Amino acid sequence: MKVITGNRLSDGAVVYLSGNDQWATRLTDAAFFDKADANSVLGAVQIREAEIAEAYLIEVGDGGVLAGREALRETIRKTGPTVRSDLGRKQEFKQ
Amino acid sequence: MYRYDEFDATLVKERVDQFRNQVERRLSGALTEEQFKPLRLMNGLYLQLHAYMLRVAIPYGSLSSKQMRKLAHIARNYDKGYGHFTTRQNLQFNWPALVDVPDILDELAEVEMHAIQTSGNCIRNVTSDQYGGAAADEVADPRPYGEMIRQWSTFHPEFSFLPRKFKIAITASDNDRAAVRVHDIGLRLHKNDVGKVGFEVIVGGGLGRTPYVGHTIRSFLPEENLLSYLEAVLRVYNLSGRRDNKYKARIKILLNAEGPEEFARLVEAEWAQIKDNGIDLLRAEISRIQNYFAPPPFEKLAVESVEMNEQRAVDGDFDRWLRVNTVAHKISGYAIVNVSLKAIGGIPGDITDAQMEAVADIAERYSHDEIRATHEQNLVLPHVKKGDLYIVYKRLKAACLDTANIGLVSDIIACPGLDYCALANTRSIPIAQRISERFANLGLQEELGELKIKISGCINACGHHHVGHIGILGVDKKGEEFYQVTLGGSGGADASIGEIAGRGLSSNEVVDAVEKLVAFYRHAKIPNERFLDTYRRIGAEPFKEALYAAA
Repeated sequence: MKVITGNRLSDGAVVYLSGNDQWATRLTDAAFFDKADANSVLGAVQIREAEIAEAYLIEVGDGGVLAGREALRETIRKTGPTVRSDLGRKQEFKQ
Repeated sequence: MYRYDEFDATLVKERVDQFRNQVERRLSGALTEEQFKPLRLMNGLYLQLHAYMLRVAIPYGSLSSKQMRKLAHIARNYDKGYGHFTTRQNLQFNWPALVDVPDILDELAEVEMHAIQTSGNCIRNVTSDQYGGAAADEVADPRPYGEMIRQWSTFHPEFSFLPRKFKIAITASDNDRAAVRVHDIGLRLHKNDVGKVGFEVIVGGGLGRTPYVGHTIRSFLPEENLLSYLEAVLRVYNLSGRRDNKYKARIKILLNAEGPEEFARLVEAEWAQIKDNGIDLLRAEISRIQNYFAPPPFEKLAVESVEMNEQRAVDGDFDRWLRVNTVAHKISGYAIVNVSLKAIGGIPGDITDAQMEAVADIAERYSHDEIRATHEQNLVLPHVKKGDLYIVYKRLKAACLDTANIGLVSDIIACPGLDYCALANTRSIPIAQRISERFANLGLQEELGELKIKISGCINACGHHHVGHIGILGVDKKGEEFYQVTLGGSGGADASIGEIAGRGLSSNEVVDAVEKLVAFYRHAKIPNERFLDTYRRIGAEPFKEALYAAA
């Protein structure tokens, strides 16, 4: 399964496309797509230029667990630097 | 220090206003990301994994207390309370919001700072020997030349669309402190047979995926011809450097394709055409810039401070810090203080807002208001009276900035790696932290002597792994982090590119591997021999055997 992720334009925060077509800051709120649908949805959100800096697909396994070659990178994007327990998703971003 | 004139101030202000307008248009969606990306990069603004990153230039590594306080203010009010000093004497903020960046740039402009020349295929922020105007062994102060290069290179119309980025470094002593042999152009100040000051010009060094030690294309360039000669080198590169493949576009590829002699001939031919065209500064202008860097009002002091010697006799930690972190000053009774940003188990180059303010306060009171950033991700207080060293040490200690490890095994260069960087394949910082913790004992570190470990999280080599005595390069193997060890590199006057030791190691193995290499070195060294010299004396094989021997 695929999830669409990107960085929010205003502050660069990591976001995921949710089921109601909004950008969510939690992976648990992300919508899952199968491969065939994912590319067409990605194409549609990539033109929403005023919302995100860039968007791309990531791989998730059962239960929405990050998977595939980029799993470590995406885990670090999801939770913040592994060397600072106080930063990243462990605390809320300034809006 | 150099003070901006009206041209500098106008230039920076206009650029901020221009970028503010571009950010507004991007936020409204009028500019696409594709259109905006080159514009934000021209202003030092990257997009990393978690957020934007703003890279602020610290030309030739020189900062005043006021500038450092401004960086602290930005860290506190616009970021998350810290900044990161890089190997290019820049400071990076890891969490600025795009909407705030124009205000941050306005704040920086108030103290004559900016993010110009910190990205893109232009001549980047010039880097320098950090001890300018202070070191006992310097030939001449490198900062005026750094300033001349800054003025010449900033927005140079001919060199704003080079094949690739271009980095110039200057060192002021035979003891290379700026890694000049691994830069696009390295300049080594020295004097010729008749005592005239000039430069050895080294071209085509570099790290990244194709590392090279540079070649000397001119052994003596008179100081007054600096800019016309640099212009000749840049012209040859701009015309003939490859643009078809970004991995083959740096000047090192051109120089090695042509051969150093032919490249030097091309430069000399170009120089002959342009050297009398008024590019070089007139003597009066060189003097005017040099006057900005006139020495501060040093006091007449005895060589030794009785007070300091009494204090070191009773405080062993202070004594070690003096031995390891201070360097001889050119003026009697003064010392250069290195401030380590490599606390044991800490993040190399990171500094909190409160620590920035502590350094600013100390510098203002005890170092003639001067601070330097080093390419090894540390700071320097260049002019401290020996009689003030104990109070400076205690104040640094109160700010947790007293680690006595300059040049030692825990003074590790590490890039941000996969914890922050969008280009990285693996993490670097946790490896640095674990090595530093493994060798936490400062007494043992001092006994081991100079030992430079440098860690990069990808082949772009921002962590300078190729020139580490022990280099560590992170590589991704099917989604897992592996680390390749290189041995025998050096970024100093004896520059060399490290050799790959063998198969990659897991992140668990790599810290043990460093310990094995160090243990073997202790066994194999002759008295007073550095790790690098033992390696060069006995060769790679015994080290490789020690590294890969079954546990």
